[in-house]
Amino acid sequence: MSGPSVKFEPEPERYEFSAGPMHHFDLARRDFFKFLGAGIAVFATAKNMPANQETAPTRGFHQEELPAEITAWLHIGEDGTVTAFTGKVEIGQNIRTSLAQTVADELRVPFESVTMVTADTALTPFDFGTVGSRSMPTMSPQLRRVSAAARDLLVSAAAKEWNVSSEGLSAADGKVTDPASGRSLRYAELARGKTLAQNLPAEDPVTPASQWTIAGKAIPKKDGRAFVTGKHQYTPDLRRPAMLYGKVLRPPSFGATLTSYDAKTAQEMDGVVIVHDGDFIGAAAGNERDALKALELIHAEWKELPQSSSKELSAYLKQNAVANSDNRSRRTKGSVEDGLSAAKHRLDATYTVAFIAHAPLEPRAALAEWSDGKLTVWTGSQRPFAVRDELAGVFHIAEGEVRVIVPDTGSAYGGKHTGDAALEAARFARAAGRPVQVVWTREEEFTWAYFRPAGVMEIKSGVGADGSLTAWEFHNYNSGMSAIDTPYVVPNQHIEFHSTKCPLRSGSYRGLAATANFFARESHMDDLARAANLDPLEFRLKNLSDPRLKAVLEASAKSFGWPRKKTHEGQGFGIAGGLEKGGYVATCAEVAVDRSSGAVRVVRMTTAFECGAIVNPDGLRNQVIGANIQGLGGALFEAIAFENGRITNPRFSSYRVPRFRDVPEIEAVLLDRKDLPSAGAGETPIMGVAPAVGNAIFDASGIRLRSLPLVPNGLPRAKT
Amino acid sequence: MAKPIDLVINGKPYKLHCDPETPLLTALRDELGLTGTKYGCGEGQCGACTVLLGGVPRRSCQIPVSVAASKAVTTIEGLEKDGHLHPVQQAFLDAGAFQCAYCTSGMILSSVGLLSTNPTPSSAEIAQSLQGNICRCGTYSRVMEAVHQAAKAMQGRGR
Repeated sequence: MSGPSVKFEPEPERYEFSAGPMHHFDLARRDFFKFLGAGIAVFATAKNMPANQETAPTRGFHQEELPAEITAWLHIGEDGTVTAFTGKVEIGQNIRTSLAQTVADELRVPFESVTMVTADTALTPFDFGTVGSRSMPTMSPQLRRVSAAARDLLVSAAAKEWNVSSEGLSAADGKVTDPASGRSLRYAELARGKTLAQNLPAEDPVTPASQWTIAGKAIPKKDGRAFVTGKHQYTPDLRRPAMLYGKVLRPPSFGATLTSYDAKTAQEMDGVVIVHDGDFIGAAAGNERDALKALELIHAEWKELPQSSSKELSAYLKQNAVANSDNRSRRTKGSVEDGLSAAKHRLDATYTVAFIAHAPLEPRAALAEWSDGKLTVWTGSQRPFAVRDELAGVFHIAEGEVRVIVPDTGSAYGGKHTGDAALEAARFARAAGRPVQVVWTREEEFTWAYFRPAGVMEIKSGVGADGSLTAWEFHNYNSGMSAIDTPYVVPNQHIEFHSTKCPLRSGSYRGLAATANFFARESHMDDLARAANLDPLEFRLKNLSDPRLKAVLEASAKSFGWPRKKTHEGQGFGIAGGLEKGGYVATCAEVAVDRSSGAVRVVRMTTAFECGAIVNPDGLRNQVIGANIQGLGGALFEAIAFENGRITNPRFSSYRVPRFRDVPEIEAVLLDRKDLPSAGAGETPIMGVAPAVGNAIFDASGIRLRSLPLVPNGLPRAKT
Repeated sequence: MAKPIDLVINGKPYKLHCDPETPLLTALRDELGLTGTKYGCGEGQCGACTVLLGGVPRRSCQIPVSVAASKAVTTIEGLEKDGHLHPVQQAFLDAGAFQCAYCTSGMILSSVGLLSTNPTPSSAEIAQSLQGNICRCGTYSRVMEAVHQAAKAMQGRGR
């Protein structure tokens, strides 16, 4: 048998995702007009898109004069149905709806007539992945331009039909109208009998946000009915004829290697397939219980390695820092030393964040099926094309022989970038000669997925007599570079990221390291404000020049009623803000602390968010409030505990996540900047929560908490 | 061969040939193809697998199929009647009370159970009653709104 089929390596690019044209999108054997029927198709290609788009070179299209590099495409059928294709994935962030709104808006068709085909490596163009809040800033403009071009094609077709100039014809509500004669033709009629494909023209103006009619509206989730009736099939809900259920025998600890095993008894079980390949060993059976029973009958010997524990985490990260040779991970401006000598107040503090788990409610899952040497895998992944390539590499087959399909998935939050379950299911299926489904248990999910990296942040700073920042030195160990730069104006700065050996498998998590860097910076800013004897909001505004960041801070403060007078014992208020991924966020929080019991409750939160022109205010509000609630978990109590290579709290009964009674009164203030391009919104709204809550706890109790989670066991009790 | 287990699910009788200790969740999903009920944790902590057992919300991952045999089981597939959504389903749809929606089946069944015993719950009672249902996307506020809406709608219809 060939090498191990399960790899557990941290992602190479967990700090910043930069899409490169490293893959091939092969359309060569497909004839999409046969597939979709006649009609009109428009393609967006890399050539006429702005730089840094997520594109891939292709090898042209069979029998058609079509562009070589495709990033998005759209088809209008003979019945007027519009199908738009994108490699992006729906994971609850609502892109199926917001991208369909964009298409409907620009093409001038009813929202209902647009179908989005997403994340199917056989049908949709290459896409780097649904990561980094990129769907709105990159995919939305592409689909808009494709839609504008398709509309122009339809108008030209109508002009030809009527033998008039296309000037003066208008497109609206799925038809082209000639106002001079009053006649009109539906898109369906114009598409009939045609097989017209066109590359996107280089210059084609799109509708400005101020004139949007369908985009910009609160349109309900597409296919919402399928979700409230239980009809939508997530990956674990899919069934194939003769399908088996696969279960992997997990090592007792991270890094343990299989030294020997005996699976004779398990193999004798009726209908059970045992698969061993390198360090991978597992059982597949006609039902889950038999697969689990078979696992119990396998006697495996493992060699374990001594490993660190979460108790010594911060020291471990500092001690294991790798000498920094990468200039991209540090920058200096002025002289921190000079800035510190010029300061009236100096502050030196260390902050830490724990490993936390994404814990998507749909665990990692995949269903794999081999047919004539070709592999089809359904799986909940944010990066279907990367999973396809991984499968092709592991099984030594061409990318074109692998098809990865991602059903709308039960959330990810950055946790589903890898293809672990896909590889496992495919390995089982190849050995069993039947389709095999693998659904991770919650315990597997908490143990064998990857985590948001833990980190240590060290800050040295100075502020002058007038309350202006004079020096800022910021070091981040391990958690990452996202939002590592301070948005405040500081003449003397040194900012540096330090890679360290990491005791657990780590990867992307909603917002990446920005939550850690916001937490350290905004907690520190709060202490500096007090040292300078300034209100925390006033201090921030004084040291800012960015008008968009000022605007969200002011909007959140205004709605919250900042500054507020305390009305009772234990009450406290905090504010924090920043920018990341093109979005600007500020959060105000009110807490109630009880010093005798140590209980801390977040009573109220107001988050102002600005991400350019808003595509769907309802979906955006849902994202902002959801991110705030998820952020409360990491802020207050979520932390992965580990010892000797084992996760010691791998269950919802021991790993606490926010539930109904943790939810404060919560408000989202959305600033709609129709003059600015839309940025993503899935991540940035989470970032202000932890520092705002930490600052509120300090305001209430005088206790400065510098570690996330802030109060896993409550506040230290007051001595009575 | 063990004797078959008789179940009544969404008003329909089923005969099951499986280990009586099989969790009801597994039987529903893998034996009967009723995959609207979701696996989330397998320890009764997340509520994704909630069904009604004799009208009472229960975690189907914690109930052996043999125990479910004596009572009527209602799953998410059984709420829609003649193409009409149950008022709770309609309220979730109207309030947009989901993001990824993986928790939605369980949230809806827990809410239906609550409203059957408490037709006009307060916000605190809703939070108390849905405390065992996790929405990792954090749409709790909208779920709360949906349950209030459903309560109103059901009062109006006398349902």
